[in-house]
Amino acid sequence: MSVQRNDWSLQRKGIIDQERHKERVRDAIKKNLGSIVSNESIILSDGKKTVKVPMRSLDEYKFRYDHNKKKQVGQGEGNSKVGDVIAREGGQQGQGQGKGQAGNTGGQDFYETEVDIDEIAALIFEDLQLPYLKEKAKQEVPATTTKFTEIRRSGVMANLDKRRSILENIRRNARDVGAAKIGNFKKEDLRFKTWEEDIRHESNAVVIAMMDVSGSMGEFKKYIARSFYFWMVRFLKTKYDNVKIIFISHHTEAKEVNEEQFFTQGESGGTVVSSAYKLALEIIKERFPPKDWNVYPFHFSDGDNYYSDNDEAVRLADELIKTCNLFGYGEIGEEGASSYRRSSGALLSLYKDHLKNKERFIGVRIDDKEDVYPALKEFFGKRGEKV
Amino acid sequence: MADREVKALEEALEKIWEIALRNGLDPFPTRFEIVPATVMYEVGSYALPGRYSHWTFGKAYHRMKTMYDFGLSKIYEVVINTNPSYGFLLETNSLLQNKLVIAHVLGHVDFFKNNVYFSKTNRRMVDEVSAHAQRISEYEFQYGRKVVEQFLDAVLSIEEHIDPNFFIKKYEDESKTKGKNKSPKAGRYDDLFHLEQQAKNKLEAKDKDKNKDKAKKQKEKNPLLPEKDLLYFIMKNSPTLELWQRDIMSMIHQEMEYFVPQMQTKIMNEGWASFWHARIMRELDLSDDEHIEFANLHSSVVSPHKNQLNPYYLGYKIFEDIEKRWDNPTEEERRVFGRKGGEGRAKIFEVRELDNDISFLRNYLTRDLCEELDLFVYELQDDEWTVTEKKWEKVRDTLVGNMTNFGCPYIEVTDDDYNGNRELYLKHRFEGIELDLKYAHKVLEYVQQLWGRTVHLETINDSETTVLHFDGEEHKED
Repeated sequence: MSVQRNDWSLQRKGIIDQERHKERVRDAIKKNLGSIVSNESIILSDGKKTVKVPMRSLDEYKFRYDHNKKKQVGQGEGNSKVGDVIAREGGQQGQGQGKGQAGNTGGQDFYETEVDIDEIAALIFEDLQLPYLKEKAKQEVPATTTKFTEIRRSGVMANLDKRRSILENIRRNARDVGAAKIGNFKKEDLRFKTWEEDIRHESNAVVIAMMDVSGSMGEFKKYIARSFYFWMVRFLKTKYDNVKIIFISHHTEAKEVNEEQFFTQGESGGTVVSSAYKLALEIIKERFPPKDWNVYPFHFSDGDNYYSDNDEAVRLADELIKTCNLFGYGEIGEEGASSYRRSSGALLSLYKDHLKNKERFIGVRIDDKEDVYPALKEFFGKRGEKV
Repeated sequence: MADREVKALEEALEKIWEIALRNGLDPFPTRFEIVPATVMYEVGSYALPGRYSHWTFGKAYHRMKTMYDFGLSKIYEVVINTNPSYGFLLETNSLLQNKLVIAHVLGHVDFFKNNVYFSKTNRRMVDEVSAHAQRISEYEFQYGRKVVEQFLDAVLSIEEHIDPNFFIKKYEDESKTKGKNKSPKAGRYDDLFHLEQQAKNKLEAKDKDKNKDKAKKQKEKNPLLPEKDLLYFIMKNSPTLELWQRDIMSMIHQEMEYFVPQMQTKIMNEGWASFWHARIMRELDLSDDEHIEFANLHSSVVSPHKNQLNPYYLGYKIFEDIEKRWDNPTEEERRVFGRKGGEGRAKIFEVRELDNDISFLRNYLTRDLCEELDLFVYELQDDEWTVTEKKWEKVRDTLVGNMTNFGCPYIEVTDDDYNGNRELYLKHRFEGIELDLKYAHKVLEYVQQLWGRTVHLETINDSETTVLHFDGEEHKED
């Protein structure tokens, strides 16, 4: 019979196995990336750090009763009667047995887990790389801040480091007088901070996001484009210090817009693709000279261009490719329609046939939310490998 | 707890121990250890310290700890059924909370030692499980962590399906082998080591047989069937498992043998411990403040949650009721049962020795208690969980029914050579509640993985006999 207290600080088993569980969550996420990449709660997360994602492979399967077909025993407050409703399905209802019994999670048929968006991003980006990454002249960004990096024994009184000076004073007193106390400051106690100007080098990338907002681009198509850009920008930010995005929306005319307009603007009119490319080329020339910037123009459309504009579009696309690292084109189909119903007049096949410089062009077709992840892989996959 | 309080707790422990013995409790010697919350939750999520590693424990640990961190729930005590026993006390508990926990733990330990369902329990299980952990981690090293983990996933899906009376089988086996061959040191799983050869021989013999009596379609059934112990049966008879896999299954089996009595006596065990912490605390010298704190704590432990049944409370009330009824029997009870009165204490000690939850509820959950506790049966009607029954016999029977086979569906092997093809046929002994088919499909995949050949499960769904099949690739149903 005894009461003891031991040192448990080295006990780590629970934490180690929690790590194993986390690993499983990661595996499950990996397997479900296709649906997670275009999951609304992530794309529309508005800067939240974690999101809830359903994980189907983390249940512990056992033979168990169908919770909904089971009679259970509960306890009332003394006045229960037949016919009383104690809970609704979907809400938490009374559990007969307390902890650990089968059926406790009834009604919920998968395990939902909270995941860090950064963690998902890391998994998605694991397989991605930036093609044709060129060493650009790095821009020297003028110092906007100064950093105090060193402590010296002499300096300007304005930069006196009071804390350190007092410490030195106490130390010296302890040495000389034998008592650690403050007082009797001498010059040798003083310490000063010195600073450096902070000069940073930045690598720059600009994404020229172009989107067709003609009458045929519905909500679903915009959502696809949006989730694609969401991940693309996040990915580029891991590779470059400074990523700018220029939004261009177009129907028969092209216009530079802000992000909100880009994703929410109503749609109307026909499609003249070359107008967007022309504007993109102008913007690149004026603001993002390719010698300083890695340029990534991407264009999403449903592929229904005015017939008469096709030649011009192909010509300008070739122009664009010359100035940029990679030109991406995504053709978005109707939701759920997976077969190619499109005529050969659609832009994607046109580009595939007629572009001169195909090496830096990537065209994909997206018909479904689940296609976003493969498309990302296609754009940023390892060159020379078919995904 | 400050050191000063630890001192005070040690003193209290001596008094509590003395009161317990004076009242007839007979616990194992018990060591109490004051631990931080992380350790408490670790022991709680593994149920025994030092068990093998698996992600499911990590998941449980994470969940418990998160609940604690957010202040949603708290474990007051963890007790380990070994000799000597271990009680873990939470560092952040107050002195009085830990006094109560000590009294409560002694109730549990007395129950572990004296209830008949624990009579075959290995009291050195902590050593045993750490030996298991060692072996499993060696297998991880040898065969790869993922491989072992996936295998464990499969085994754990049927871990509850063991025979609670497995020890009988064990003794039969042992007495048989004793008579026949005098191989030295016949451990209980030694026969494992010849299994592969046996399985091969059997298969070959079967092939020969097949050729011989093709005409005779009616084949002889394995005389050992039906078998409720899926874990044991598959471990012994699976045509595909390797030795290390059978070894892991035998370890999990042993651990489940240890846990099954606890699963069979949850309500009683908690009731008994709550009954005794209340009695002991009342005999302890408490200050006024401590008295109020105790009253609050005790009522929170045994209070019913809204619409839910609290096993602590139910067991506690039944033990109190038994004592009362045997102390002061009614005229009728005196006449019909010959109760003399004043036998309450003796009676509850007899109950704690001989019953399990099922017999406890069936014998001692009375009409008066059902009404006093306002118990009812509820079920899902359309989208609403509705009270459908208040008759006390129905309430009692539903409760007992839900405890049968510790709340798990009763599933047994009825054929290990189905279709003459060594396929495994499982049958769900239907007792009124249908299975969750989605889960059944998943478990069948695991069983198929363990058995290595097609598996079948017969059950009842939507009131019709249904057989699920899984051949390793696709699910069929008819």
